[in-house]
Amino acid sequence: MRYITPRKAASGLGSSRSGTGHHWHMTVSSYALVILTPLFLIAVGQAIGLPQEGVIAHFGRPVPGIITALFVIVGMIHFIKGTRIMLDDYVHGEANKLAVIAATIFGWAVIAAAIFALAKMAFTIIAI
Amino acid sequence: MADVNRGNRPLSPHLQVYRLPIPAVASIMTRITGHALVAGIVLLVWWLVAAVSSPQAFAAADWIVRSWLGFIILTGSAWALWFHTLSGIRHLFYDAGMGLEIENAKRNSWIIIIGSVALTLLSLIIFFIG
Repeated sequence: MRYITPRKAASGLGSSRSGTGHHWHMTVSSYALVILTPLFLIAVGQAIGLPQEGVIAHFGRPVPGIITALFVIVGMIHFIKGTRIMLDDYVHGEANKLAVIAATIFGWAVIAAAIFALAKMAFTIIAI
Repeated sequence: MADVNRGNRPLSPHLQVYRLPIPAVASIMTRITGHALVAGIVLLVWWLVAAVSSPQAFAAADWIVRSWLGFIILTGSAWALWFHTLSGIRHLFYDAGMGLEIENAKRNSWIIIIGSVALTLLSLIIFFIG
């Protein structure tokens, strides 16, 4: 049994049926990415050009590892939701659904690959 | 429907002969840079996965990252990232109701365009010196 009236359930949710949730998520992730973007550029910039052991050791340290993990996770979810808007503008019907599904799967695959690599680096002990 | 206004209504811009206002260019570039950033993040994540896969895999990924192609992709991505970041900050100001006047929108469009190039050059200088 529902304890709220249908009027209350629909109120404010608009034609998307999800209300302002999408916009609010983009706002929150935008603030996070404003902070993460310069830190990520520094973390990656320091690592490019290092030998393989150096790259593993660099991202195995807490700060570069956490910054890179956060940037890829927040950035790719921001990408999934941002791409949704682009697809809703230009691709319609069944093609829209398939494209949204493909973009979502792609985004999470990138996240999983990055987290796997960073986790393996964090747990790699390099003999000095 | 008989008295529909047929002659004196606003028309959509004819895109082939219409010079886009600079805020429109900045808005379109925001969408393009956001999606083009996929190339940079895929290259970097491939490079990270290769580093924990095998010396051969890392050699291949690192060769691409440090080649002229990698330089173009990563420098282009750095610019796209700065452009999208500056434009995103502008959207946060827009959401707060600030900078919405046309003159302000024109001015901060140029700030985004020039600022993104300046920050990319600064990033490259820091990268090559540091």
